[in-house]
Amino acid sequence: MIIADPRPLLAHQSARFEDGLLLDCGVELRELTVAYRTYGRLNRDRTNAVLVCHALTGDQYVAETHPLTGKPGWWEAVVGPGKPVDTERFFVIAANVLGGCMGSTGPLSIRDDHQPESGRVLPWGTDFPPVTIRDMVRAQKRLIEHLGIARLFSVLGGSMGGMQVLEWAALYPDCVFSAVPIAAAAYHTAQNIAFHEVGRQAIFADPDWEGGRYWERGKVPARGLAVARMAAHITYLSEQALTRKFGRRLRSGPSLTLFDDLFEVESYLRHQGSTFVSRFDANSYLSITRAMDFFDLAAEHGGDLAHAFAGSRTRFCVISFSSDWLFPTAQSRAIARALNRAAANVSFVEVESDKGHDAFLLDEPAFHRTLSGFLSGSAAAAGL
Amino acid sequence: MNAEPHLTAPNGIRYVAKNLRLDLRLIAGMIAPDSRVLDIGSGDGTLIAHLARERGCDARGIEIDMAEVAETVARGLAVMHGDADIDLAHYPDQAFDYVVLSRTLQAVERPREVLRQMLRIGAHAVVSFPNFGHWRVRWQLFSRGRMPLTPAWDRPWYETPNIHPCTIRDFFALCAAEGYRVESWLAADQAGMRAPWRRASRLANLFGEQGVFVLQRTPNVRKDRPA
Repeated sequence: MIIADPRPLLAHQSARFEDGLLLDCGVELRELTVAYRTYGRLNRDRTNAVLVCHALTGDQYVAETHPLTGKPGWWEAVVGPGKPVDTERFFVIAANVLGGCMGSTGPLSIRDDHQPESGRVLPWGTDFPPVTIRDMVRAQKRLIEHLGIARLFSVLGGSMGGMQVLEWAALYPDCVFSAVPIAAAAYHTAQNIAFHEVGRQAIFADPDWEGGRYWERGKVPARGLAVARMAAHITYLSEQALTRKFGRRLRSGPSLTLFDDLFEVESYLRHQGSTFVSRFDANSYLSITRAMDFFDLAAEHGGDLAHAFAGSRTRFCVISFSSDWLFPTAQSRAIARALNRAAANVSFVEVESDKGHDAFLLDEPAFHRTLSGFLSGSAAAAGL
Repeated sequence: MNAEPHLTAPNGIRYVAKNLRLDLRLIAGMIAPDSRVLDIGSGDGTLIAHLARERGCDARGIEIDMAEVAETVARGLAVMHGDADIDLAHYPDQAFDYVVLSRTLQAVERPREVLRQMLRIGAHAVVSFPNFGHWRVRWQLFSRGRMPLTPAWDRPWYETPNIHPCTIRDFFALCAAEGYRVESWLAADQAGMRAPWRRASRLANLFGEQGVFVLQRTPNVRKDRPA
């Protein structure tokens, strides 16, 4: 028996679709599993459903204690009773993305194309077909149908979650009453791809990666994945945020040594790296970073982003953060302008924040006020 | 780190304070019901809320101040956080029936370009501005030889956001030069009450504290000129 996933075995709530999913790359997954969580109650008319899309390393555990880490859900600042996405009012759905490692079909899933004669059951690993943001959205659409919901009141998410929001609005405009792409972009820039490539190379460089078949020996490329996470984590913050949190402080008294004395920022990053390894699969990381790199919504619609939203009746609220240099305001403004060109109903806000890209996850009152106001206004318009 | 730092420049001095209620009533009265409206410098969204609620308009805003934008979004209205000097260029031609610029023309970097953009993206432009030709302004400059300070022009020259003051007659001249048809106009006092000198632009220019104009871009049609 091969242990594909050295993490503790968890039973994730999930929906299984026996008819599979045809991917953008042309491969057909024979079966599709979408792991998900829901919060709040679906109303009788099934009109109060809100889909929360997670970012690269997020998952479906949005507003509850995470089963692996024991930490609070990643968006408890935003989703919950009385929060901007009020679970007393809305039925919140969060799914693990296709390619993820928290129960949805991904590199850890048992491969369905062929099995060797030995009869061994093998996971996909690096052979998992490349997926796109659009594939992720198609998988989520299956889940929404499975839950008996014809139209989502709102789809929202930050970073890669925001990419999914845009794809939802473009792919299923009639199923999305309102959409909130946060700290997002309509395509991954060369800089974004470059940072991802650094992370991927760190994983490849780890001797335990074993060409992607690390699971065969029950190993994980822990060092490589941790370095990937450390590098990425820097891009989620801002210089001001790092300075405010750590400055040049040392963990112990000042003395000039090469490696002993740790700057606080170093130990913070190391901690981020090592905890990440205990909850994330390296092949999933490769798969999802690639999906983000492939993303270019305008290219899917003849090169003009406005075409992606032609005739859309969805209400949009595009939100960016002033200190986000990974998905800078200019990207969000470009989305808002394209929506304007498509004559869509769009609001755009650049929230003043010094917290960088991660601001969307943190306590940022102006952001929360904007989001809850937009949802309330939209709810009134939807007759909720 | 900011791609377009003008958005984070200290706010509050960007636009003159608006006496919204009466000013709003004047402008709203010039807009046909059920039309598509863009309000440039929409503040907290009072005018577009009024137009959407009372007149069935599809009303949207552009506002430079984040707190005002958040407030407007929270009212369920569509507003773009942006700068009129830059963002208007990104709207498609004739996307709106009316484009409104209330007491802001004097504060933009390029008033002529903003007017052009307004009449490119909208069939009508509704423009209001404080009148620098008002007798009190003239009298202060004449008698004291100092820059005037009045309720409408209430900041000293070195910190006023109103970098392009003009008079009602100046505005007529600009419309003529640009080939804009003045569909209607009026002068009003500071509170937004309509002034009685409706068809006499010289008197309006002396006694009106603000001018309100509705323009159309029809270069070949008769141009209203000051009397």
